[in-house]
Amino acid sequence: MDPILQVQNLVVKFNTLEGVVNAVNGVSYAAEPGKTLGIVGESGCGKSVSVLSIMGLIPDPPGKIVAGKILFKGENLLELDNQQLESIRGSRIGMVFQDPMTSLNPVLTIGRQIREAMTLHLGISREEARTRSLELLSLMGIPNPEERFDDYPHQFSGGMRQRVMIAMALSCSPDILIADEPTTALDVTIQAQILELTKRLQHELGMSIIWITHDLAVIAELADRVVVMYAGFIVEEANVYDLFNDPRHPYTLALLNSLPSVDQSRAHERLATIPGSPPDGIATFAGCPLAPRCHFAVGRCLHQNPGLEYIGSDHKAACWVDIQTGKEL
Amino acid sequence: MNQSPILIQVNCLKKYFPTTEGILFQRETGAVKAVDNVSFDIHKGETLGLVGESGCGKTTTGRTIIQLYRPTSGQVIFDGFNLGQTKGKELRTLRKHMQMIFQDPFASLNPRWTISRIIAEPLRVHNLAQGKESTVKVAELLELVQLNANYMNRYPHEFSGGQRQRIGIARALASRPKFIVCDEPISALDVSIQAQVVNLLEDLQDQLDLTYLFIAHDLSMVRHICDRVAVMYLGVIVELAERDELYDHPLHPYTKALLSAVPIPDPKVTRARKRIILEGSPPSPANPPPGCRFHPRCPLARDHCRTQIPEWREVQPDHWVACHEV
Repeated sequence: MDPILQVQNLVVKFNTLEGVVNAVNGVSYAAEPGKTLGIVGESGCGKSVSVLSIMGLIPDPPGKIVAGKILFKGENLLELDNQQLESIRGSRIGMVFQDPMTSLNPVLTIGRQIREAMTLHLGISREEARTRSLELLSLMGIPNPEERFDDYPHQFSGGMRQRVMIAMALSCSPDILIADEPTTALDVTIQAQILELTKRLQHELGMSIIWITHDLAVIAELADRVVVMYAGFIVEEANVYDLFNDPRHPYTLALLNSLPSVDQSRAHERLATIPGSPPDGIATFAGCPLAPRCHFAVGRCLHQNPGLEYIGSDHKAACWVDIQTGKEL
Repeated sequence: MNQSPILIQVNCLKKYFPTTEGILFQRETGAVKAVDNVSFDIHKGETLGLVGESGCGKTTTGRTIIQLYRPTSGQVIFDGFNLGQTKGKELRTLRKHMQMIFQDPFASLNPRWTISRIIAEPLRVHNLAQGKESTVKVAELLELVQLNANYMNRYPHEFSGGQRQRIGIARALASRPKFIVCDEPISALDVSIQAQVVNLLEDLQDQLDLTYLFIAHDLSMVRHICDRVAVMYLGVIVELAERDELYDHPLHPYTKALLSAVPIPDPKVTRARKRIILEGSPPSPANPPPGCRFHPRCPLARDHCRTQIPEWREVQPDHWVACHEV
């Protein structure tokens, strides 16, 4: 099936006082209809910046999309003017942000905020928009939507606000939903509610989802395909089962090993760690960005970037070493 | 089971925060019952985990135990001393033995102080070392938490999150405490850094014979690090057991729901299992439901759950639970 959205060789830089931050260094991925693409990585790895670029939300200056294409149904979003982008953003592409506390306007009612996108994009009347908003709120599992419609954000709990955000993102039935760490600020029980809701909605509406998180367990549950990012590069891409059962990049392997084992008999073993900390973004790499922290590193890793290559029919990794044998490829 | 002596005994601990109305003439109109009648023991050398959703009172419990908040009622007996009745000099001497590691390594270090001043502060407060001696101790502490002692004269902003958390740990260790409350020490850290800090905490426990109260919401990490685990809901402890017992045979319906909500980092396992989804969110601790506090969200709730507070009882050796239906 043709992908709904394709990001191709995206390069994003930020000019800061400390120097140029290379946030995204030539990243490509695709979101397919009805499927979930998971993007996983630690803070500063460029996962959020890459999706903010899709939405045209990179502040310029200091940010700059230096190269690449973002194709939405074949149309390059980076070449559209603001008005054209406006007709796609929030309408064909919905987005949910991490922090439900700061992404709603505290002085407007929930109802007004949900209605806004619909009156803007669908050209329907306020009354119709209200009816549809109420449907959406009950679809999200918010009790007594009629009564809650005129409440303000502070009257909602964190989980409820995140549902409102999802309702807003879905209000114009987008083809694709982009969710940037939507459950990170929530408790596990509320996270479970949101994950179940997302799976149900995807099943019912058949939309494509890009789900960004640092939590591998959430990825395991939700994603069909996974992209692992490190220091602005994609280091591995595979379907979710291959990624967890047969990781091929040292970074993916190390992330999985640093979690306490699911297997009970090994649950109390000492955790494997990755020495050092992730680079700050200003650093540039002649070789592989992980090389200074990598157990598998060979001489070549320090001066030559491996690039993302197919290592199986459907599995890509960016590494000079076969981590199963420890030998250079 | 753990046969080592009891270090801390918590009996019927309550901490209410009064809510007030009026600006000039404030009257108390009620209370947020953050911790409401909680009892447990912590053995020497063990790690007791305290888990629950945000707002359930786990942080308040930790802070009340080490007397950062004075309890509304109830006792905390630390090494034979009833902390609620000590004050002034006596309490300050005891505080040496109890320290805390905070959640946010960005907010818990004074940005205008050098690392050496931050770590030396407990030494100064408790008159443990001065001048050169203090510098030597700070260097030792930095090495203990695997940081370079040359970093001593730098400021917190020069360090990453994981390094700052190590500085917070060094500060907590400065007065040679017996007991440390770790309040979500890894929640703010990246995945690859979390494992480093957890390993460090485990190593330090072995080396220095420490006892931890480990407050967290990451249940998989709690299983890894803790010996026993207590589950809190809306100001009360609903279940307490040895870790494998609790994770493999949870009895309280809330514990079951909480465990089933945790995603498992294995696509096959996590997609195959059936989840118990709790409806709604926890009610406000200012006005908790009568009877069992969990009854409005509980799948097993019956009439007596709505009126009678369930008794805290030991249903199996070392497995405590508060539920009518168990």
